[in-house]
Amino acid sequence: MQIKVNDKVHTIDADPDTPLLYVLADDLGLKGPRFGCGLAQCGSCSVLVDGKEIRSCVTPVSSVGDGHIVTLEGLPQFYAATKKLAQAPARHPVQQAFIDEQAPQCGYCYNGITVKACELLSQNPQPSDEQIREAMDGHLCRCGTYPRIMKAIKRAALEMQK
Amino acid sequence: MTAHVRLSRRGILKGAGALVVSLAAVNASMPGLALGAAADPKMLGSWIALHDDGTVTVYLGKVELGQGNGTTMLQLVAEELDLDMAKVAAAQVDTARSMNQGATVSSSSIQQAGGQIRAAAAEMRQELLRRASQRLGVPMDKLTTARGQVQGDGKSITYQALIDRELTTIPVTGKAPLKAPADYHVVGQRVARVDIPAKIDGSFTYMQQVKVPGMLHGRVVRPGGQSAYGKAASIVAVDPSSIADLKDVQIVRRGNFLAVVAKRQWDAVRAAEQLRVRWAFQAALPETQGLYSKMRSARTDDAVMLAEGDVAKASAAHVVRGTFHGPYQSHAPFGPSCAIADLTGEVAVLQCSSQDVFALRDRVAKLLNRDAQTVRVQYMEGAGCYGHSCYDDAALAAVIMAQEVGKPVRVQFSRANEIGWDNYGPAHVGEVVIGADKDGKLVSYQYDGWHHGWHIEESTEELALDTPVRELNKGPGSLFVNKFVTGGMYAIPNRLLVNHAIPGLEGYLKGANLRAPMDLHYTFTSEQMIDQLAAQVGLDPFEFRRRNAANERWLSVLEAAAKAAEWKPRSSSEPLSGDVMKGRGIALGTHRASMGAAVVDIEVDRNSGEIVVKHVYAAMDCGIAVNPDIVESQIIGMAIQGTSRMLHEEVQFSAAQVTSLDWNSYPILRFGQHPEVTPIIVKRSDPPLGAGEEVLPAVGAAIANAFAAATGKRMTQYPMTPQRVLATLGA
Repeated sequence: MQIKVNDKVHTIDADPDTPLLYVLADDLGLKGPRFGCGLAQCGSCSVLVDGKEIRSCVTPVSSVGDGHIVTLEGLPQFYAATKKLAQAPARHPVQQAFIDEQAPQCGYCYNGITVKACELLSQNPQPSDEQIREAMDGHLCRCGTYPRIMKAIKRAALEMQK
Repeated sequence: MTAHVRLSRRGILKGAGALVVSLAAVNASMPGLALGAAADPKMLGSWIALHDDGTVTVYLGKVELGQGNGTTMLQLVAEELDLDMAKVAAAQVDTARSMNQGATVSSSSIQQAGGQIRAAAAEMRQELLRRASQRLGVPMDKLTTARGQVQGDGKSITYQALIDRELTTIPVTGKAPLKAPADYHVVGQRVARVDIPAKIDGSFTYMQQVKVPGMLHGRVVRPGGQSAYGKAASIVAVDPSSIADLKDVQIVRRGNFLAVVAKRQWDAVRAAEQLRVRWAFQAALPETQGLYSKMRSARTDDAVMLAEGDVAKASAAHVVRGTFHGPYQSHAPFGPSCAIADLTGEVAVLQCSSQDVFALRDRVAKLLNRDAQTVRVQYMEGAGCYGHSCYDDAALAAVIMAQEVGKPVRVQFSRANEIGWDNYGPAHVGEVVIGADKDGKLVSYQYDGWHHGWHIEESTEELALDTPVRELNKGPGSLFVNKFVTGGMYAIPNRLLVNHAIPGLEGYLKGANLRAPMDLHYTFTSEQMIDQLAAQVGLDPFEFRRRNAANERWLSVLEAAAKAAEWKPRSSSEPLSGDVMKGRGIALGTHRASMGAAVVDIEVDRNSGEIVVKHVYAAMDCGIAVNPDIVESQIIGMAIQGTSRMLHEEVQFSAAQVTSLDWNSYPILRFGQHPEVTPIIVKRSDPPLGAGEEVLPAVGAAIANAFAAATGKRMTQYPMTPQRVLATLGA
């Protein structure tokens, strides 16, 4: 079986029903997608498939087909591709904004938070507060950093307008 | 990280000269020689090492739990040593190398450990000044330090040039002068956290992502949620044929401890779900709705915690009394616990996210029946845990599995394991009677609190071992009514605090410290009745607290929150009508040392019973804020978590077992409903205090007071769910 992750094609030897998360974490050694619940309830394991956020903990690896999987690690390239930039920046503007706002505490949920925020801004470059709240509602943060996430997404949106 | 040992101590010291500050008294008790991690006993127990490249390693005993103390502790060292932050790094917390600074609990990092680390850094600076004085021929009092150099009289020398070719250890005399706060240039600054970039780009390694060569994947097999502590479900039958279709899966059993170990993680996950097990339960729990009456009617062990003046003789013109109930709540870390045990070498190596690696080392030694010197516990940061969650339980489970299969085993708890088998913040019943004189001065205060103690055995031990479990309900460290929160923020001449310890082994859940342990219960009870008393006296709740504040610090934190919120007394003409009722509440809170105050605006939907917290203004006095940005981040987190715990969180259970097992059955505050938060730091030059707990109980109680302001009714039980709100409004 072959899957395309962050612009690279990998040959995988796994049961077809293995959730994508375990393939990414155990076989490819990626540290972006993280186990949180295994139930698609929290957003810890989120990745983009063809630009759409999905929960890799409940997505069988075989169901991805030739979809392009982008993980936290691949977000700068994803940004460069959508913005048609010649070179990928060191970080996606959303990632930079989370650093600028010093948003994370433990940071564990920030894989999904970041992936989801990147999806949101790729579809809606100037979301309202309400739209941000709605889009991010499926991503839990136990440390309670929601207010700084909100600020950072707005900051990134502004940055991406430039 | 793929290997057990990232850097040996010798490696860190690069085999060359280094200057090491150590605390001589601690040396003898430090392990390490047997582990081959440190060859020179003089090096054992050191706090800080200065290397020949001018960098410094700090051997912290306190762990980074996501609260930023990995950065603030380095700020303290950089400050005292006059070094750039980039030159200072922390070594991994490891029983073979680190200082035993005790558990990372009770916001103790900055208060206690911070002081020790500062003193050690100051000691090193003194030594550098002494050496520079000799080398430069300049008297010590003419020398200063700056950016890694000693300077004076037109001469200068780098720190590293002052290191001997041999390793030198200098003792902590405790006499080295500390910098005056007025001279701080690193402490008090908004230094960016050192760990955040890697957590944002996917290069950070959490415990859950550590790999060890040849490791297998383990999962515990447990029935849904836990039963009463000490009355665990027992195995009647296990049917291995139910997982016959899965390859390379081993079943591990010790007593009632059951687990599966597999080569591939997905096989372990499937096997744990698929394995058919018949469990026998004891119906020993009271069920969620019967909890408080069982607690209140229990045979208790009563103790007077504090008796000042005489509450019986105090004469009060106004008296209020009330009984309040608070639930078991779960730490529910976002990433379930994970640990890797490797018993294949001479030294047993355990990687985990324990808040107290030294205590865990001794426990593992006992479990394996071997000397503690041959057990090494290394801390790897996991998801934030907010207290004693399942990290030790997962670690002990990994040890048993590794022992049984003879290979390194990684254990990842499932979501149901983590919430269903947590060591919960204990439930509480509080009764308070408060009196004020006719001028609105508090004169008497009595608090009676009912709760059981802390658990001692982890579930793995309870299931695997034959020995009875124990409860910590007496002596140091046990759970008592906290005098700092129950009226401690006010000047009250007559005060009586009574602890009613209920027998925790007679059909209750495991209990452990959950962020601001028990304090939310106390403020929910006490601060609501303070509000009620203010109303009875005819004073605004802010004004009433202002008049009764215990001291100037409590007064200033109260005023800071009120000022930020532009507090105005509610006019009596404001109607409590409309479908959405709005209310504003105020409250004080603490855990031990720092002081918190909050003003909260909420909306209550009369029809749905839903409460939305709109804005939290939260102030904290934590002495010098070593890193104001991190303190503000903590305040924001406490405001959100306090809101979550006050509105949503409650562990549910049947007579047989806990039924809260995931984010649906244990809901927390979601993004869509989070309040705006205005964090306020009260600027002070007093010594830094912990900053991770104190605002939370203030926020929770302010929400309860806002509800009363919005509706004219008091909630006597939390979480304030729509169902309870409707029942209260209808009553």
